[in-house]
Amino acid sequence: MRGGKTELKAGSCCAGSSLSWILSNGVIELALHREPCNELGSVSLGEFEKFAAALESMQAEAHALIIYSELKPGFCAGADLRELYQRSEAVEKAEAARGVRDFLERIHRVLNLIDAAPLTTIAAVHGVTFGGGLELALACDLIIADKMARFCFPELRLGLIPGFGGIPRLKRDLGNAVVRDLLLTGRSFNATKAQQIGLVSQVVGEGEALRAARATAAQLGKFDRDTAAAAKKFIKPIPQEELRREIDIFCELFARPAVQAGLRKFVESTDAQPYLP
Amino acid sequence: MNTAEQTLDEILSLAAMHFKVPREKLRPDDDFFKTLGIDSLQTLDLLTKLENHFRVELPDYELQGVSDFRTLAGKIQARL
Repeated sequence: MRGGKTELKAGSCCAGSSLSWILSNGVIELALHREPCNELGSVSLGEFEKFAAALESMQAEAHALIIYSELKPGFCAGADLRELYQRSEAVEKAEAARGVRDFLERIHRVLNLIDAAPLTTIAAVHGVTFGGGLELALACDLIIADKMARFCFPELRLGLIPGFGGIPRLKRDLGNAVVRDLLLTGRSFNATKAQQIGLVSQVVGEGEALRAARATAAQLGKFDRDTAAAAKKFIKPIPQEELRREIDIFCELFARPAVQAGLRKFVESTDAQPYLP
Repeated sequence: MNTAEQTLDEILSLAAMHFKVPREKLRPDDDFFKTLGIDSLQTLDLLTKLENHFRVELPDYELQGVSDFRTLAGKIQARL
C-alpha cells in the first residue's frame, strides 16, 4: 500500500505515496510517510486534499483524529523548499507568485478543515516538527510530543514568515511574548520547553507519542460526541481574518529577490547544519 | 554543579550511546559531524538529547560553526 502504487480514494482506509489513513473504532489515524521527513509539496498537498474530503465523510463515525509520522527523522520538516525553489525558478515571476498563492490557499483550506473538524484532533509528534510541520500540529486540538521532538519556525532565515496558518494559530494559543520569541529568533526548542509555554499538552518517552495519543483518543470516545464538538467550537475560534492576512503578507514577502536567494542558498547548501537557523 | 571536564565527559558518553559509537573512539577535539557520521537532522537530535540530560536550553544559533565536542561542552557549561 506504499510508494504511490495505490490511488487515494475517499473512504475509511486509503494509502498514497505521502500519507495514509484508516478509520477504526471511531478513531481516524492519518500516517505521514514521505521521505525524508514528510516535506509538504504538491503531491502531499493533493493527498491532504483527498484526506480532507474523506474526513468530511468519515467524521460522522469518528470522535478523534490522530496525525503522526511513520518516519524516524520526525513528524514533518515543513514545506518542500526544493520544490518551491525549482518551481519558482522554472516560470515567470508573476506565474510563480500565483502558484505560491494557490498552494497557500489550498493548504489553508485543508488545515482550516482539520482545525474546525467536529472531532478532537491530536498531533502525535516526534523528532523534527519544523515550519509547516509545526503549523500542521498547531491546527490540531492537542499536541502530544515524544521527549525527542524539536519545534521551530525557521522561515525568517529565508526572508519569509510561516505561511500555513502558523502565526494566527500560535497567537491564538500562546502569549504574544512567546510568539515573538519563537518567530523573531527562529530558534528551535525541545518538547519540555514546548510544554512549558503551553504548546504541548503531554510529553512522553521516546517512541511513545502514538501510544499516548491512542490512549487519549480512547478516553475521548467515552464522551458524548455532540457535546465534545460543541465545546470545541466554543473554545477554539478559527482566526479567519488573520489567516487570510497571513497569506497576503507571505505573498508580498515572497515577491522580493531576497527570498529566491535564500531558497537557492538552502537548496544548494552543503553546510552540515542547514536546518539550524 | 558539573566541572567543565565532567560536562565534556558526559557529552562524549551520551553521543557514543545515542549514535552507537564506541566511547573510546570519541575525543574532545573531534569534529562530531565526521566522527559520528551525522547530518544536520541528527545534530538536532544530539542537541535535544543534551538539553534533556543537562536540563538546559541551548539556542541552536549558538551552535552555528560549532563542530567539536569541547566547544559544545563549553556552550553547555555556560548554561549550567
